[in-house]
Amino acid sequence: MIIPKLAVRNILGAGIRTWLNVIVLSFAFVAIITTQGLLEGMNEQAAQAMIDTQYGGGQYWHENYDPFDPLSLQDAHGVIPGDLKRMVDRGEATPLLIIQGNIYPNGRIRTILLKGISPAQSIITLPSHFLAQSDGEIPALIGSRMAKSTGLKVGDYVTMQWRDARGTFDAQDVRIVQVMKTTVQSIDNSQIWIPLQKLQQLAGMEDEATLVIINKTAQNATAVAGWNFKTPDYLLKDIRDMVQSKAIGSTIIYFILLFLAMLAIFDTQILSIFRRRKEMGTLMALGLTRGKVIQLFTLEGAMHGVLAALAAALYGIPLLAYFARIGWKLPSNTDSYGFAIGEKLFPTFSAGLVLGTTLLVLIITTIVSFLPTRKISKLKPTDALRGKLT
Amino acid sequence: MENEVLIKTENLTKIYPMGQYELVALSEVNLTLKKGEFAGLVGPSGSGKTTLLNIIGSLDVPTTGSASVLGEKVETLSHKKAAQLRNKHIGFIFQTFNLLPVYTVFENVEFPLLLQNLTAEERKKKVMDALEWVYLADRAKSKPNQLSGGQSQRVAIARAIVKGPAIVLADEPTANLDAENSHNILQTMKNLNSELGTTFLFSTHDEKVIRYLQRKISLFDGKIARDELFSPSGQKKVKNDNP
Repeated sequence: MIIPKLAVRNILGAGIRTWLNVIVLSFAFVAIITTQGLLEGMNEQAAQAMIDTQYGGGQYWHENYDPFDPLSLQDAHGVIPGDLKRMVDRGEATPLLIIQGNIYPNGRIRTILLKGISPAQSIITLPSHFLAQSDGEIPALIGSRMAKSTGLKVGDYVTMQWRDARGTFDAQDVRIVQVMKTTVQSIDNSQIWIPLQKLQQLAGMEDEATLVIINKTAQNATAVAGWNFKTPDYLLKDIRDMVQSKAIGSTIIYFILLFLAMLAIFDTQILSIFRRRKEMGTLMALGLTRGKVIQLFTLEGAMHGVLAALAAALYGIPLLAYFARIGWKLPSNTDSYGFAIGEKLFPTFSAGLVLGTTLLVLIITTIVSFLPTRKISKLKPTDALRGKLT
Repeated sequence: MENEVLIKTENLTKIYPMGQYELVALSEVNLTLKKGEFAGLVGPSGSGKTTLLNIIGSLDVPTTGSASVLGEKVETLSHKKAAQLRNKHIGFIFQTFNLLPVYTVFENVEFPLLLQNLTAEERKKKVMDALEWVYLADRAKSKPNQLSGGQSQRVAIARAIVKGPAIVLADEPTANLDAENSHNILQTMKNLNSELGTTFLFSTHDEKVIRYLQRKISLFDGKIARDELFSPSGQKKVKNDNP
């Protein structure tokens, strides 16, 4: 136990040199955890928004449905099977019918997806209750991006054209009853939401759906013939891949910060070994073995990491907790990045992230502290006492 | 036990390679030191004083020949054994004091005891006793940079004697001190020698030190040129003359 005791004495005795290193390293700790927390927050926030507004607890897709192939929509619908119908009746699922169509806002044609959803559903957080109108008009719900790109606003009428199940084109006016503000672009851009029953009726697809969204709390989805169940993990894969691609930049920053911090430790160790040669010789003359001197200097370096972790905890915990609470206001053009994040990004600092980062930095600090001390293993006590480094 | 041999060198030779050449620092040195001696290695720079002191202190090993310290052959000791020998039985005093700058006076003196299995109480008692010996008990909490040269060397002496070593090796202990401090230091060491029976071996070319020696071993070009004993009255009686 003598070496840790001496190491503590030495680094506390070194005063300002120790504290400068500790402060620099603690900045690195906090900065690394912050950037990783932002990334985790982005991932979680985007995933949660997608689950809440679009994916629910998973989706049953009609076997012909392929969201990446618009041409498949013509055949991607079918009568809702009994099992799923019962879930819908129990309020555990909601069907969605998707067909292609066009609208003509201000005399210009615009290709859209027409989506039919039950106004009474509560499976996803889409404000479908605005569609519960029975005055003979077709109520339509659009997102703010769609409203902006088409110039449509609440109360406007727009002509909608679609092709029904028999391939016949038809057209009718819809009235915009609500413009919803959502962070999720995939329920907004080029989409018009109307009541499910109305769309089924217009398209000649009575009791049919393209997909059925199930409740987030639903247990073990059963197999349904002709319908494929897609788990939330499957549905979120694209968004997670996208976040991962953004993580490259964050990883570069992570390593630059780590490198700078380690450079500070490495420099301190090198300086220590050059400045403290006589001290090493004295320690050996007083009875410390070369191995113990190496241990002492390595531990001193590593203890910078421990002190930095403590210092980072001291100011980092309240700072990051505050940051996690108020979030980070994003620039207005973030919407075009393709993430469902919203106006603010709330970082997530999981125990795994904090402990993992701390452990990683401590391990690297110890290795970096050890590397320069290998020179001591070649040091002759007599040379050290003369201030020579062999 | 006054005649107990603590240090014995036999045909001790130390050669340093210097590129293509070799520097013979010590050549065929035969020396015996008994318990309680107050002896000095005297000679000009480069005569081999410090090299001999380092080998006796198990900080270095002979190229040929042997050096036996407290019955241990220095040349065959492992690093660990040599460190143990230094820690338990040999005290060092250096020309530049070599105090550990971030430690207090107390901690500096305590250091050798930290490597031994002693309780904090035992360590404290020994440290304070050693500091009393050098009249620095009141400076226990000071840092080395708050001490004068003389005080620093007294701390170094306290650190050397705190563990009750059999031998204290002092390399030019007064070279950085003025006459008054040199006298105080030497008197302190002389007292320790006579009251505790600690064996002292100096390397020096300082006339002030030489006056205190009971035995003067003159080195020249790595060889013992003269080995003289002095009676307490200062009268010289030649023990071994090897011109």
